[in-house]
Amino acid sequence: MPKRGAQWLLALCLLALLAVPLTGEVFYIRLVTRIFVFAILATSLNLLVGYTGLVSFGHAAFVGLGAYSVAALGLHGVGSAWVVWPAAILAAALGALLIGALALRTSGVYFIMITLAFAQMLYYVAVGSARFGGDDGVRLAARNSLGVLNLDKPVLFFYVVAAIFLAVLFACSRVVRSRFGRVLRGIKDNERRMQSLGFDTYRYKLVAFVLAGALAGLGGALDANLNAFASPRLFHWELSGDLLIMIILGGLGSIAGAPIGAAAFIVLEEILSSLTKHWMAIFGPLMLLVILLHKGGIHALLAGKHER
Amino acid sequence: MTAALVVEQLLNGLQLGVMLFLMAAGLTLVFGIMNFINLAHGSFYMLGAFFAASLIQWSGSFVVGLALSVATCVLLALAVEAIAIRRLYARDHLDQVLGTFSLIFFFNEVAASIWGTEPQFIPTPALLSGSVRLLSGVQYPVLRLAVTAFGLLVALALYLLVAHTRLGMLIRAGAADRRMVQGLGVNIGLLFSFTFALGAALAGFAGVITGPLLAVQVGIGEPMLIVAFVVVIIGGIGSIRGAFVAALLVGLVDTMGRFLLPAWFGYALGPALASMAIYILMAATLLWRPQGLFPAARG
Repeated sequence: MPKRGAQWLLALCLLALLAVPLTGEVFYIRLVTRIFVFAILATSLNLLVGYTGLVSFGHAAFVGLGAYSVAALGLHGVGSAWVVWPAAILAAALGALLIGALALRTSGVYFIMITLAFAQMLYYVAVGSARFGGDDGVRLAARNSLGVLNLDKPVLFFYVVAAIFLAVLFACSRVVRSRFGRVLRGIKDNERRMQSLGFDTYRYKLVAFVLAGALAGLGGALDANLNAFASPRLFHWELSGDLLIMIILGGLGSIAGAPIGAAAFIVLEEILSSLTKHWMAIFGPLMLLVILLHKGGIHALLAGKHER
Repeated sequence: MTAALVVEQLLNGLQLGVMLFLMAAGLTLVFGIMNFINLAHGSFYMLGAFFAASLIQWSGSFVVGLALSVATCVLLALAVEAIAIRRLYARDHLDQVLGTFSLIFFFNEVAASIWGTEPQFIPTPALLSGSVRLLSGVQYPVLRLAVTAFGLLVALALYLLVAHTRLGMLIRAGAADRRMVQGLGVNIGLLFSFTFALGAALAGFAGVITGPLLAVQVGIGEPMLIVAFVVVIIGGIGSIRGAFVAALLVGLVDTMGRFLLPAWFGYALGPALASMAIYILMAATLLWRPQGLFPAARG
């Protein structure tokens, strides 16, 4: 399929998703809201994996930090989205700064294991903290309030999340095309070359890590709002792995890939889990096949350009 | 806090450390020689324990059950290696972690459908039930001492295998320079399969002998795997000696942290700090020596 055709197809899919509230079915509205939230998360991780070549297996840490910021402020009676969401972004960015500063001292397989370990540390802290309900997580009294908009209405919340997703997608597509984004891609291709060109690659990688963490924090805050619940599962490495699978599924290194992968993953999960209780036994080997066979993911398949 | 209580906790820490070594040794061997990172390593620990729960009951003997369980783990590992893992060696680490991550879903679900979600229990062998008196009269279960001793014996056997046999020499040579070993006419594919199965055997063995100490259920492998990663990071990836030192260190720090920190920092902050202790140790090691305590020489 020619590139132009693929773009039209994607635009059409997006329009179809945006029209889902017209059905009036709360189940589908929630499902697509979830797709948008995960599209934000996958897009943020794609900045690291697809554009900088940093395989972080601890992205869930920042999702959890975002969600628990909503919960923590909620416990203190702060419910305005204008305060809470920036606070969630800030908390996740700070967490990413600390973890990134340490983890980026290493590379390759060390980096994978260290990001994984730090995220699990936060998971165990969340599970162990009685104040945040330990294993059970925190139920929120209500969704955050956004001025006059009542986010407890599913349709309104849907469009707010959709708007944020589109803004994030637009911002990321600008970032990767900027000078900064080109440096990141240069680092992915050959870090030593970038260093000898005089770039302080550690700093570029750290900024990318913090940026991705901050966006994941925003996604985490939205997820907590969607479910009115902050779960310690949001810190768990399973989420980190799922996000990585999403971006592989959609296609690394293209901005459209991550959201496509997120949508495909969630729809597949939904269909399989409605078929059988033991859907994981199908899902696992299926994902393994995707990883063994992937050639640039769904996006490359659509755009007709095969890698490798 | 009496001296006996401290000794008891030290012994618990030692036991955890030895089990962590068995897990980390497999990870680090497989990584060292194949440059392969296996997230499904924890599944062999879990499956070892599940196999033991069934096979010990079936055979009526702990020793027979142990041997059969480890053998089953090895066969399973060889099958998984031939079907899936072999195709991932040449891939980048991202594909490796995600491929083996997908395998965890599969193993967990299969275990859940065979053994259910209720925890299984492995009976303590009669010979090892009961307890011994430590100094100043604290009773310590013989089982835990036996688990530590078994673990140390296997660690010693592993050391002898790697350091003093022809096979071990090939493994070390493969880790140093894979292509040179291949060029000298060694069937590297066979060596890979063997090393992978050896790692699975060690993880399965750890699962079986810790089995009587825990409730065997789906998901017990993952926490062990993550801590084994911490061990490998601290010890230096690819280094057996590093894994041994780091495993004992992590086992002791984790156990003593959970024992002492709540007493020092109170019950609000203490447990949180205790669950962070080994990660703080990891962060400190990274600041000091980014390649771990015993960086393996790699060609």
